[in-house]
Amino acid sequence: MRDKGLIFAGLVFFLVLITFPVWYDLAAGTTSKGPDPKLPTAEKDCVAPVEYMRTSHMDLLLSWRDQVVRQDRLTYKAFDGKTYDMRLTGTCLKCHTNKEEFCDRCHAYAGVAPYCWECHIDPALAQRSRG
Amino acid sequence: MSIDRRKFLGVAAGASALVLAGKASVDALAIGSQPKQGGTLANTRWAMVIDPSKCLKDKGCTACIAACDKVHNIPDFKNPKHAVKWIWKEPFKDAFPGQEDEYTTEQYKDKPFILMCNHCNNPPCVRVCPTQATFRREDGIVMMDWHRCIGCRYCMAACPYGSRSFNWLDPRPHIAHLDTDFPTRTKGVVEKCTFCEERLARGEGPACVEACEAKAMVFGNLDDPDSEVRQLLKARFSIRRNPELGTQPEIYYLV
Repeated sequence: MRDKGLIFAGLVFFLVLITFPVWYDLAAGTTSKGPDPKLPTAEKDCVAPVEYMRTSHMDLLLSWRDQVVRQDRLTYKAFDGKTYDMRLTGTCLKCHTNKEEFCDRCHAYAGVAPYCWECHIDPALAQRSRG
Repeated sequence: MSIDRRKFLGVAAGASALVLAGKASVDALAIGSQPKQGGTLANTRWAMVIDPSKCLKDKGCTACIAACDKVHNIPDFKNPKHAVKWIWKEPFKDAFPGQEDEYTTEQYKDKPFILMCNHCNNPPCVRVCPTQATFRREDGIVMMDWHRCIGCRYCMAACPYGSRSFNWLDPRPHIAHLDTDFPTRTKGVVEKCTFCEERLARGEGPACVEACEAKAMVFGNLDDPDSEVRQLLKARFSIRRNPELGTQPEIYYLV
C-alpha cells in the first residue's frame, strides 16, 4: 500500500465531485425553499379541491380546452355544485390575478414551460404594457 | 312443474314490457344528464346573406373589417405578403371568377365585395388537415382549434377562396389593441374567420354584422324556415363563390 495517500485522496475527490449538486444546492439554500405560490385572499373556493388542483390542474385545463373548442360545452360543474365558465383568463385569472406570483413561481420551480401564454393574454400584463 | 302456452305468453309479454320500460327510462336519463350547452347545434346551420347593393353604397366603409380586427386580435403586419385577414374586400372579377361577362357585370367588375370564410358544407380544408385542427361543427361552422395547428398550411392550399392566413411572424407586437378576452395566435399557426363562435355562445351575433350600419349582412339559421336568411334567399336570387367546386359555401350574395 505504497500509494495509500494517492488512492484515498482520489476517492475523496471522486466523492466530492459526484455529490457536487447536493453541496451546491445546500450552499445556495435552494433545496429547502418551496415555490411558494401566492394564493388569492379574496376567494376561498376553487373549481376543484386544492390537492387535485396541485397535481392535476393541467389535465383539467386540457379537458376544458377540448370541451370549449371542440365540443361547444362552455360551463363546468364543480365538485361543490357551483358552475363556472371554462375560461383560462376569464375564470382562473379572475381570482389568481397575479400570474407571475402564482403560475410562474411553481412552473419555474418545477422547470416546466407551458405555452398557454403565447396566445392567451394575462390581463395584468396587457394593462401594464399599455401603460 | 308445467307451464301452459297461455301462461308462457303472459310472462314473456310482461318481461319484454319491463325491458322496454327500463330501456326507455335509461335513455331518458342519459339525455337528461347531457344538457346541451351553448345552443342546440344539431338543428342549426349558420349562414350569412350579403346584399352587395347595400354594401356598395359607401365604398370606403370598412366598419365590418375594423370590428373583426378588434375583437379577434388580428395583427396588421403592413407587408401584404404577411397579411392576416378574416374578412376583406376583393373586386367582383376576383371574388367570382367565371361569373363575370363583358356587359352585365361591367358596373360591378371592379367594385369591392366583402369576402370571408364561406363555412362550406363540404369543406376541403377540413378534409386535408392532418391533425383535425380544423373541423366542421354540427351547426355548420368550420372551426379552428389553434392548439392543434402545426402550421403545415395544407388547408391554405385546399381552400379555393383564400380564406386562410398564416402567421409568418409573431403577431403580438403587431396588434394595435389587445383584447384580453380573446387569445392571440402565435407564429406558425393558420387562422381564419370562425363566424364569431365565441360571440354566438354568448348569444350575440357576429361582430361584422353588428358593425354594419347599412345592414348589408344578415346572419341566421338556415334550418329555421322562418329565419331572415331563409326569407331573403326565398325572395331574391343569390349567387355563391365558385359553386362549381362543390364546396357548398354558406355565404350568399344577393343579386
